[in-house]
Amino acid sequence: MTLAEILTSMFPDGHDVTVQDGLVSGTGPFADGRITLVGIDGDTPLGVDGALRLSRSVLDAIRAGDRAPILVAVDSDSQRMSRRDELLGLNECLAHLAKALLLADRSGHPTIGLIYGHSAAGAFIATALATRVLAALPGANPSVMDLPSVARVTKLPLDKLNDMAKTTPVFAPGLDNMVATGAVHVVLDSEKPLPRQIRDLIADLEPGDVRDRLGAERGGRPAAHDVARAVIDQAGRR
Amino acid sequence: MAGDRSARTDPDTLSWYEATARQRVTALADPSSVREFLPPTERRMSPHLPLFDLPRAFDDGIVVGEATLDGAPVLIAAQEGRFMGGAFGEIHGAKLVGLLRVALELKPKAVLILFDTGGVRLQEANAGETAIAETMRAIVDVRAAGIPVIGLIGGRAGCYGGGGLIAGTCSRLAVSEGGRISVSGPEVIETNKGAEEFDSRDRALVWRTMGGKHRRLTGGADAFCADTVSAFRRAALDLIGRAPAFDLDTLEAEQARLEDRIARFGDCHDATDVWRRLGVNDPEAVPAMDTDAFDAIVARVGEMDHDAR
Repeated sequence: MTLAEILTSMFPDGHDVTVQDGLVSGTGPFADGRITLVGIDGDTPLGVDGALRLSRSVLDAIRAGDRAPILVAVDSDSQRMSRRDELLGLNECLAHLAKALLLADRSGHPTIGLIYGHSAAGAFIATALATRVLAALPGANPSVMDLPSVARVTKLPLDKLNDMAKTTPVFAPGLDNMVATGAVHVVLDSEKPLPRQIRDLIADLEPGDVRDRLGAERGGRPAAHDVARAVIDQAGRR
Repeated sequence: MAGDRSARTDPDTLSWYEATARQRVTALADPSSVREFLPPTERRMSPHLPLFDLPRAFDDGIVVGEATLDGAPVLIAAQEGRFMGGAFGEIHGAKLVGLLRVALELKPKAVLILFDTGGVRLQEANAGETAIAETMRAIVDVRAAGIPVIGLIGGRAGCYGGGGLIAGTCSRLAVSEGGRISVSGPEVIETNKGAEEFDSRDRALVWRTMGGKHRRLTGGADAFCADTVSAFRRAALDLIGRAPAFDLDTLEAEQARLEDRIARFGDCHDATDVWRRLGVNDPEAVPAMDTDAFDAIVARVGEMDHDAR
């Protein structure tokens, strides 16, 4: 789905969502109230300026105090890779955006990620992965790094990586693999209206972070849940 | 947990940069106070690295445990930059996540994270990336419970990629000259954008742009340490005592702080331009300054201390 199609499905009666420089923000009617929308469109990389504009929108939503849900819609590139961004502290700006979303969740705003295109690396962590529940639309393509880049860094032949990618979800790009690791909770049905599906996600929100459990159940992250559990057990044993 | 050699290491002379993760933990904490969780004897190794014909480590490159610091209980995680560049794999990340989650039950005086990481371990990229997201959520939960999470950065791998984002989630950061904090590493920028954008072989450029002095001068870190374990210990104790709350006021202050930084320095090409604008008289001299001289600069400029993190 495109952002326009998402907006049409989410807000058949209209909305005030705007897109500027690939940054999405605004609100629309939802359930008995409103929903705040922030996001990134058009495979746009996320730099210091964009991160702070999105975090401003999130903090404003928290300040409003209405506990309205926040939908984080993402079709982004990775973090913006530049000397200027790193000089200005990109790590702080991306972390600040993630913290704003995590604070919103703690403050009673259900936060829902919606990945409908690409996203990668720091941009993915600062946006969609900082929500309470992350949904994807079919065709979404999250990744950490594309395979040619992985080949360069790992010094493995691309052919071999392509073969391995078919059977090894833990490193390969793509939606199925991110579902298997538990990072993406659920894939929505693009044929059905989105508001009902989003409402169901909010109604079914579980306390805590369930991603490592999902990763174990789905087989994409076989060990993480047990290891975290084992640390907790040993720490409690005096 | 520690061998005889590391138990004898002198915190006053032990170089943080050169030390292993276990040496840092042992020398940082009160003597004989460390108890490690999932120690190497349990051989919790990566299930994925053999697919890539790569060697594994019994601890997957991270030490997690409890200790005391000046008599107070703390939880400690230390990444081993010598193994896979300290990168986040599935086990590595899960050990850190588990440590942070149990902090909510144990309520230590602080959680210390000794960063030494290139970011996500690409051979386990999806697991590593997800673990970083889980770590950030867990840090926020710990901070919101009133427990400071302090990052110490001075290892040979620096603090890159998702490690940089985790660092930005901590309550306070101490950094040494050798500590670099960044998202995209020099090689990554050069590979994607060309050597004109960032020449990764220009090490002086790397240190100026991402190094501990620049981060301290611009408020990206809260303390600057000499490269010894004692210096990091003193910094950790100091920072634990003045950790900001995790709430809307703190994040509003951080929003203003970061917006102000971009408004003031957004057109600067080089770190030395930023330092000059901050009022540093001889910015070209900053990289070679020793800790005392640099501390004097920090004290004189005097605007990088804040609670906005």
